[in-house]
Amino acid sequence: MSAQNFLAQTQKNLKEQPWALYAGQVGVLVRYEVTRNLFSLRRVWVYFLAFIPVIFLIFRNLISRGHFDPAYIEEQTEGLAILVQIYYVRLAIFFACMGIFTWLIRGEIVQRTLHYQFLAPVRREVLIVGKFLAGAIVSIVLFEIAVLASFYLFYAHYGAAGRSYMFDGPGLGQLGSYLLVTALACLGFGSVFLALSLLFKNPIVPGAILLGWETLSPIFPSWAQHLSVTFYLKHLCPTTLATTGPLALFTVVAEPVAPWLAVFGLCCLALAVLILSCFLIRRTQIMYTAE
Amino acid sequence: MTENRQIVFNNVSKFYGEVLGVNRVSFSLDPGITSLVGPNGSGKTTLMNLLTGLIKPTQGTVHVFGLTPNDPVHFYRLVGYCTQFDSFPPGVTGYNFIYWPLRLHGFPAEQAAKLTAEALDRAGMAQVAKRKIAGYSKGMRQRIRLAQSIAHHPSVLVLDEPLNGLDPMARAESIALFEALAKQGMHVIISSHILEEVDRISDRVVLMSSGYVVAEGQIREVRREVRDHPMQVLVRCSNAARLASAAFELDHVVEAKILADGQSVLVRTRDVEQFYLLLNKVVSTGLVDVDTVAPADDDVNSIYQYLIGSDGSPT
Repeated sequence: MSAQNFLAQTQKNLKEQPWALYAGQVGVLVRYEVTRNLFSLRRVWVYFLAFIPVIFLIFRNLISRGHFDPAYIEEQTEGLAILVQIYYVRLAIFFACMGIFTWLIRGEIVQRTLHYQFLAPVRREVLIVGKFLAGAIVSIVLFEIAVLASFYLFYAHYGAAGRSYMFDGPGLGQLGSYLLVTALACLGFGSVFLALSLLFKNPIVPGAILLGWETLSPIFPSWAQHLSVTFYLKHLCPTTLATTGPLALFTVVAEPVAPWLAVFGLCCLALAVLILSCFLIRRTQIMYTAE
Repeated sequence: MTENRQIVFNNVSKFYGEVLGVNRVSFSLDPGITSLVGPNGSGKTTLMNLLTGLIKPTQGTVHVFGLTPNDPVHFYRLVGYCTQFDSFPPGVTGYNFIYWPLRLHGFPAEQAAKLTAEALDRAGMAQVAKRKIAGYSKGMRQRIRLAQSIAHHPSVLVLDEPLNGLDPMARAESIALFEALAKQGMHVIISSHILEEVDRISDRVVLMSSGYVVAEGQIREVRREVRDHPMQVLVRCSNAARLASAAFELDHVVEAKILADGQSVLVRTRDVEQFYLLLNKVVSTGLVDVDTVAPADDDVNSIYQYLIGSDGSPT
């Protein structure tokens, strides 16, 4: 078959697909999965990961009431950067996505309920997209709220100076960047964990390897750093955190990536991993006893 | 999509690593009730999982009305499968267990609700639909799975041990439902260990042992193919001794036994058609009045015993 024929056939196939049905099925899956994941006791630990810094900041503000010196407002910026870049991106979102996204398929296998969805007239690719979107919505909603609340709690108690920093100064720009970083982290890690759950019976071990990869990526060659989610996120953060400790000795400084390229690169990474997940789910068989 | 309404297994094999699931299975099924019969581990569930696309064949093809699971949108509208897996999504109610899959089928909310109510009603689960499935008894869980598998009005209904855990009343209701569905032109494929009930409702049988199809077809046809075991015919008549002596004159009659009531003869013959001809002749002479003639071993239970044996190994 010539390339032209192949292209024509592909176009014809795409036109013949019932896209409206697929969209409806994705909508149903998203509603069902979001309800199951967002409002579930099983997900309490994800709430904990997302909101423990918020609780800590509330206590800090209560204890230090009236003792906030506007001279230290710049320090809050670094505190926020550490919270988002180190705690949220490298720890909380990472582990939350591991819990949420690996459970989307692997959890169904463990609970022996995946066959119900395989027996519905749904393309398995649609199933993956629906579940991924549901996981993305759950994780993004939780962590965006947490980052937003943290941002407010960092600056709100500085009174007029804090408000000025937030609304007239660099505050809103920082917030926008961190919200974008949070969303992209959820999409990036989410897609990777979804694929890992289809590749491995126990995704904890590859998850730990991924954590090591993401942590050690600054010392990798420049090209290898491009295969890390945090590499792209780092270039979107408004504040650069210096690498400290023994890791700093081996850090390889990769060429900076333009913000639009970082967003595009991360979206491409997520899309590529999602396509891989679609291939993997197509070959998945229901053999619970072998799992 | 072709117009044929057959289910076709074409040289299908399934291996789980080095373990045989089923081997070189080829047959086709017409509408009606088909029973898969065989001992544990004979490959019944594997065959059902292959048919419904939950597992893929190592070799060969399975077509349902010309479709394969590679076209899930059309395929799974045709097929309903009540599996043996006694597991449910956590926290789900009976109603939602049926309603959400119907929404995935593409039914609008109102129609999905209507179909859900209808399925619950047919399975006798309407009263408890709002309760969580976690609180159901085994029989109720069985029936809610059955309700889900029929809710979208499939043309092919596959039921893996659907009578397990049901009390006699629920069992009778389920069997009546299967018969009604088959009368509507559906394929109803059942695996069951309860041979008496299978025998009563089945149009045809597929006997399996150690991953192989030992025999398949209409029960009487299968029985006739079992030539190692002469067929048994029970005749109740006015003169049992006379009939027995006439039967003994035929070469193919192996045994003619007068039963304790003195009015019945159990004949074992290798050619049942010839025996029936003899019976006609005897009756036409007027020496013997025949009350009833009934095959004594052309049921699933006997075929199972003859072909597979009571220990589950093929004979």
